[in-house]
Amino acid sequence: MKYTDTGKKDTRSGFGAGLLIAGKADSRVVALTADLKGSLKMDAFAAEFPERFVQCGIAEANMVGAAAGLAITGKIPFIGSFAEFVTGRVYDQIRQEVAYGNTNVKIASSHAGITLGEDGATHQTMEDIALMRALPGMVVLNPCDYNQTVQATIAAAKYEGPVYLRFGRPSVPNFTPADEPFVIGKAIVMNEGADVTVFATGHTVWEALVAADKLQEQGISAEVIDIATIKPLDAEAVLKSVSKTGCAVVAEEHNLAGGLGEAIASTLAQCCPKPLEYVNGADRFGQSGTPAALMEAYGINAAAIEAAAKKVIARK
Amino acid sequence: MKSNKELETIAVQVRRDILRMVCKASSGHPGGSMSSTDILTALYFNQMNQNPATWTRDGKGQDMFILSAGHMTPVYYSVLARAGYFPVEELGTFRQMGSRLQGHPSIRKGLPGIFQASGSLGQGLSAAAGLALGKKIDGEDNRVYCLCGDGESEEGQIWEAGMFAVFHKLDNLIAMTDWNGKQIDGPVELVAGEGDLAAKWEAWGWRVIVAEGHDFESINSAFELAKAGKGTGKPTMILFKTEMGHGVDFMAGTHKWHGSVPKPEQLEDALKQLGETPLGDF
Repeated sequence: MKYTDTGKKDTRSGFGAGLLIAGKADSRVVALTADLKGSLKMDAFAAEFPERFVQCGIAEANMVGAAAGLAITGKIPFIGSFAEFVTGRVYDQIRQEVAYGNTNVKIASSHAGITLGEDGATHQTMEDIALMRALPGMVVLNPCDYNQTVQATIAAAKYEGPVYLRFGRPSVPNFTPADEPFVIGKAIVMNEGADVTVFATGHTVWEALVAADKLQEQGISAEVIDIATIKPLDAEAVLKSVSKTGCAVVAEEHNLAGGLGEAIASTLAQCCPKPLEYVNGADRFGQSGTPAALMEAYGINAAAIEAAAKKVIARK
Repeated sequence: MKSNKELETIAVQVRRDILRMVCKASSGHPGGSMSSTDILTALYFNQMNQNPATWTRDGKGQDMFILSAGHMTPVYYSVLARAGYFPVEELGTFRQMGSRLQGHPSIRKGLPGIFQASGSLGQGLSAAAGLALGKKIDGEDNRVYCLCGDGESEEGQIWEAGMFAVFHKLDNLIAMTDWNGKQIDGPVELVAGEGDLAAKWEAWGWRVIVAEGHDFESINSAFELAKAGKGTGKPTMILFKTEMGHGVDFMAGTHKWHGSVPKPEQLEDALKQLGETPLGDF
């Protein structure tokens, strides 16, 4: 593999590091949390900029509105909580105050997906991408490792407008270059290939690379594309790759409805219909377990991607 | 500074505007608009540090206002137009296709004076608290005003914002409640049993002022008292006792006119009751 895991790190720590860098670069950056400062790794920012850190208590709805108000006065607010509590719990607040109100609020969404683990289904959203994608004008980012999350956070701060920034809890391989600037709206070709395209986002990008290695051993050439920006989708990159390979797998730590899989399916259906297989949570709630056990049980890992690739190639 | 007499004249014209707007649009919310007419007239013409000529959405150097009860656009738009934010003639486009005067406040049509979208209830006080905090961080001396409905205050988020504003010592935030005791389905006490708002806001740690919302003497002194809260570290809530549909006999004191529009002969009757003003209709 051309990528090396430089040591496992959690993507939420990438957010914390990126927030501190963004805060040092621009005094307009402020951070709000609903009693999850530690979980969101906002401690360093809060210590460095106490006057720009806003504790909101366990009151997410108010946090969204307060952030919108701060944004209107010219601040760049990042609001942080668990993915479910900054999306589903406050969907209408985000819709009116952030999306429709077009305020420069960045939604920092941690512990996304089932890899939140032991807390179980109430805390594991597999629907957040769908909710945020549905909002007009919302940018949806889902970086794949620590380094990319640092850069995505910096890019979100520089971007003018609402951004949904999704990341996770567990320690996962850190393998993208530390200094690669994040370009919103650009898909990243991780691995060129000829037989099948694997589109992956977030934690599944590493799994896709591992699957591509396994496939290579079997003489199958897989192209792995990191869709770090889910919206706006880099349709040009999607179509270019699938036109070449003739089939695709979409892997994500999210359910089918409204996720990256459906976003790519609709792009292909309109412009370039080709066989497609999904690796995702289907239409299910999560449950308690270790992240690895859950990814195995829900079929969202390298083995599932490898199987889906073979299946889709057979359908060409 | 306008005299109470001048404010009364403006308020009559605003009520005429409200009724003519909703009748022309065949939709809209006259009841609450008429109960908060005197409050917003005093606010924009006497109390707020505001200037339409230099207005920007970020509110720099001025006071800011959020209409949390976003359905009260008829009174909001009329007061903004009469205060010089946009041409009075534009009131005739209310709720029409392509109009800057959307059914509920929108920042997407470029209407001067609007700081934030509202309409989905219970959210404006949070936005206002964010504005007030932003001004504090910037070391800016101006205030933020926010108008809520009493029915709206059944939303839990209002009380989240209430706790937040006290915790962050937002003494530059002045909230107002249009305490007319009515909501769509009937009297507030029969729909939700909201209870004593004064006791509730006091328990929340706010400075609470109760005032008569159709008496400019009472309204203006309530605002003066509220402004004196700067330096106390506490936000202020003014509970304005008002009457839904105030100013027209067949509309006053009933929830029936929350979101319904007078028929042509009723409009004629209502306008006759209000009387004409030198300001003139749009």
